[in-house]
Amino acid sequence: MTELRYLAPNSLDEAIKAFAAAGSAGRILAGGTDLLVQMRAGVVKPGLIVDIKKIAEMTKIEQTADGGFRVGAAVSGMALHDHASFGKVWPGVLEAVNLIGSKQVQGRASAGGNLCNGSPAGDSVPAMVAAGAVVTVQGPDGRRELPVEQVPAGPGRTNFKPGEILVSFTLPPRPKGSSDAYLRMIPRTEMDIAVVGLGVSLTLKDGVCTAARVGLGAVAPTVLLVEAAAKALIGSKLDEAALNAAAAACSAACRPIDDKRGTIAYRTKVAGVLLKRTTAIAAQRAKGN
Amino acid sequence: MTVVTNNKWIGQRTIRPDGMDKVTGRAQFAADTNMPGMIWGKVLRSPHAHARIKSINTAKAEALPGVKAVVTARDIVDFPIEKGAVMLGIQDMRWMCRNVMAREKALFPGHPIAAVAATSEAIAAEACKLIEVDYEVLPFVIEIEDAIKSDAPILHEFNTFEGKPSNIAGRLEHKKGDLAEGFKKADVVIERSFTTRPVHQGYIEPHACLISVAPDGKTTIWSSSQGQFMVRAMTAHLTGIPQSDIRAIPAEIGGGFGGKTIVYLEPLATLLAKKSGRPVKMVMTREEVMRATGPTSGSKSTVKIGATKDGKIVAAHGTFYLQAGALPGSPIRGAVGCSFTPYDIPNLLSEGYDVCSNRSKVAAYRAPGAPIGAYAVECVLDEVAEALKMDPLDFRLKNAAKEGTKAAHGPTFPRIGYIETVEAAKASDHYKAPLGKLQGRGVASGFWFNAGGESSAQVNITEDGNVVVTTGHPDIGGSRAGIANICAELLGIDYRRVSVIIGDTQTIGFSNLTGGSRVLFASSIVVTQSAEKIIHTLRERAAKIWEIDPEAVKWEDGAAHPVSPNAGQFPPLTLKDLAEKAPAMGGPIGAGVQLNTQGADGGFGTHICDVEVDVDLGIARVTRYTAVQDVGRAIHPGYVEGQLQGGVAQGIGWALNEEYIYTKEGKVDNPGFLDYRMPVCSDLPMIDCIMVEVPNPKHPQGVKGVGEVPLVPVMAAVANAIYNALGKRFYALPMSPPKVLEVIDAPETRQAAE
Ligand SMILES: Cc1cc2nc3c(=O)[nH]c(=O)nc-3n(C[C@H](O)[C@H](O)[C@H](O)COP(=O)(O)OP(=O)(O)OC[C@H]3O[C@@H](n4cnc5c(N)ncnc54)[C@H](O)[C@@H]3O)c2cc1C
Repeated sequence: MTELRYLAPNSLDEAIKAFAAAGSAGRILAGGTDLLVQMRAGVVKPGLIVDIKKIAEMTKIEQTADGGFRVGAAVSGMALHDHASFGKVWPGVLEAVNLIGSKQVQGRASAGGNLCNGSPAGDSVPAMVAAGAVVTVQGPDGRRELPVEQVPAGPGRTNFKPGEILVSFTLPPRPKGSSDAYLRMIPRTEMDIAVVGLGVSLTLKDGVCTAARVGLGAVAPTVLLVEAAAKALIGSKLDEAALNAAAAACSAACRPIDDKRGTIAYRTKVAGVLLKRTTAIAAQRAKGN
Repeated sequence: MTVVTNNKWIGQRTIRPDGMDKVTGRAQFAADTNMPGMIWGKVLRSPHAHARIKSINTAKAEALPGVKAVVTARDIVDFPIEKGAVMLGIQDMRWMCRNVMAREKALFPGHPIAAVAATSEAIAAEACKLIEVDYEVLPFVIEIEDAIKSDAPILHEFNTFEGKPSNIAGRLEHKKGDLAEGFKKADVVIERSFTTRPVHQGYIEPHACLISVAPDGKTTIWSSSQGQFMVRAMTAHLTGIPQSDIRAIPAEIGGGFGGKTIVYLEPLATLLAKKSGRPVKMVMTREEVMRATGPTSGSKSTVKIGATKDGKIVAAHGTFYLQAGALPGSPIRGAVGCSFTPYDIPNLLSEGYDVCSNRSKVAAYRAPGAPIGAYAVECVLDEVAEALKMDPLDFRLKNAAKEGTKAAHGPTFPRIGYIETVEAAKASDHYKAPLGKLQGRGVASGFWFNAGGESSAQVNITEDGNVVVTTGHPDIGGSRAGIANICAELLGIDYRRVSVIIGDTQTIGFSNLTGGSRVLFASSIVVTQSAEKIIHTLRERAAKIWEIDPEAVKWEDGAAHPVSPNAGQFPPLTLKDLAEKAPAMGGPIGAGVQLNTQGADGGFGTHICDVEVDVDLGIARVTRYTAVQDVGRAIHPGYVEGQLQGGVAQGIGWALNEEYIYTKEGKVDNPGFLDYRMPVCSDLPMIDCIMVEVPNPKHPQGVKGVGEVPLVPVMAAVANAIYNALGKRFYALPMSPPKVLEVIDAPETRQAAE
């Protein structure tokens, strides 16, 4: 039977070296709540596992000089939850990350793993897209940054180059009157996979929406940034006409499939419903900021 | 037998004897057992829904280093079709031998074709891939509608129905009165058709066993099942090893709900162990459980009910088609026999059809068949009550079966508690509570036969004056706690002095499997009689010591006393005293009783369900639920409530989300708990229980079975509640969000009670 090696380096350089050298046999391990499940199911059979949790940068949450946040790729959901101020500034991102699995899963699962796993239904991804997060990745050729929505390439695939590792998410500073929210539709109340997931981040000034971003998950091969929906919201007082237009834009953006988790008709309709509900929550929160 | 009153322990919520082990992880489930030299067994399963097996070549697998044995259908004892049924309980061994290993044909994806034992699980899995099977792939059929068509692919060419080869393997009917005449008298007649999807019992512990066969043939089986004697008998039949050589040891069981009343792995592991000379362990994956072990049937039913203006049901007709899966044996008895039983209906025809199709063979699931039938009947009753403008509980009261009612399946009822359940539901706070917007309330009733049957017990007094009780039914619902309460009550001692264990097949007498809600009913009869014998011995011994007549000695508060001062003045002799004196007074104290217990009374329940519907997302959530049930006598109220709550939770899953989904190739597309959606805790409200106690007069403590009734009314109660919230009726399960939204958004929605 094939041999499996496990490494837990302390430095990023070491990790990249080993990971790049292993080629397609290498796998990064963050919380392992996807990877170990996939290994048990026989879907992936890595020859090398590189555990990144011993690399300081990967598990750090820090406030940047301009007031934004930098969140290490392997920060667990529970660690993010316990951070003193992150959840006040980014309640939508936090609720999305905290929706992943159960208490037990939260102790391990990371937003980095959620993104790199490449599932179109990953819960934290639409919220990160709405937040305008930028990811830092590092590989044998050095560091680069790209918007989070450019990471997924399709179900189970990313646009990373061979040997590249996700290092962190950078979330921008928040102007006054800003907030965000995330909602997902699942048939159960927890321990389920999103049939549709939707994140909204917005800024309100005197009741008028001055900035907005909408991320939509589980309705296409990758999580989508729905610019048409944001456009419908920006400049409006989030009145019914604007919300209807934004909801219609979300439904129109859907390129779903009929599968065991939901029908095309259902997902398309629900995308619009969630846009309205999520926007309402984000707006309510923004009024307090 | 007199019913015990004034109880100290019966009716107490004592701590369950197996509780500490389970919460601390010490409990040994089947997969927890290991042996030196143990190897691993794996099953090669059919990828096809339907295929003739032309040949199997195991040479390459056998040659793989590490492989110790391979078995195929050739190694399993055959029960030829033409020789007729060989029944073991409710299972026909002709079907069992074909279910554990495909013989002539593979009948569903996941059907075992061969099994391998090797030094590691990985090698065994690798070896399975090296087995060459030549299949002639055949057309397949899964849904009932397709399976009963005249040109359907036929699973079993030998099976005929009405003179032609057919997938209908059996028909059952119960009849009363004159149907046509009855419907003529009706002012309101409603007829509706319903479908339900197959649903799995959803036990958390996958099937597992460890089996050792010694060179002299002595076989030991550790496995998770609802009956160690069933495991022994089935394994003996399928391997040819005599029962006296098989010791089946029941592990703690991580859920069964009926699904562990048959065997899958034990015969295969026994043969692998015998061939290899090594202990063999087999543990199913969840995927194997979902693909190849019994769910309960999917169904298609039509129910027609007629009533007069004043609310009397005059005629009813139910037709229930149930999926058997690959081999005959769907639970039509439950659907046909239970569905109308809460009601006194003069003219009735209840008929059921057992339909084979290319999916795994069904296994029992809590009140097998009854929930499927009740779903259709109780939904139609709701429509009839509405058409008559009657409160649905009043309508049920008006037609309720009671003492003297003759049920269509045969018995004339003794004193039963159905009316009491409806009255308690009506009187409950829940039924009177106001409802908000998009909220609805539904009610439904249900019946299950319950059972008695063979049971054995041995009660021994230890040398230090405590008690050990051994019974033979695996405890899946708290029966050990109930038995400890009863034993403590009868002997007049603290229940913590009673230790209750489940014996293995070679240490306790035959006891029928844990099913039919029989266990506490049956085992408390044999335990009571054993305890009575012991008390008799204790009185005799005290009499001897005091040199008085045994009739002058009574047993009270855990000690022998003279019946009155006339009999003599002696300080009491406690159980401890008498145990100490036992060696000198005639030897060890203990008694065993074995009986085929009789006198089980059926059980009735009435449920109230509130839902709230999110009309934009199509999500129906159960917000409040009350289960009312005639439980006979609640020996341990906590575990009776546990049974009620568990049954309701499973029914809510069945109603709202659980279903088997198939690919175009006929494979189960959701073989895991992510996409096979059983409810999680946060999906459910706290489920309230109202226990009505109408004791069974034929039982020493008044016990009636309680474990199965609580699943029967649930789907109808939920469906009726959703109707009440939305004004729209659903005729198919599950009422999952996409399906609910489709109906809400349909341009033309059918009006209630048109
Ligand atoms: C019981 C259970 C419930 C779940 N519920 C949900 C849910 O509700 N919502 C949801 O979205 N998900 C859910 N999941 C899936 C999973 O928990 C999440 O996707 C989680 O965020 C994965 O994070 P992780 O740190 O465990 O990732 P891992 O399993 O460690 O990694 C996931 C993948 O990403 C790769 N990877 C990880 N980190 C990096 C990196 N820094 N750079 C490059 N590649 C990397 C890994 O190699 C692997 O392929 C659930 C899983 C379980 C077991």
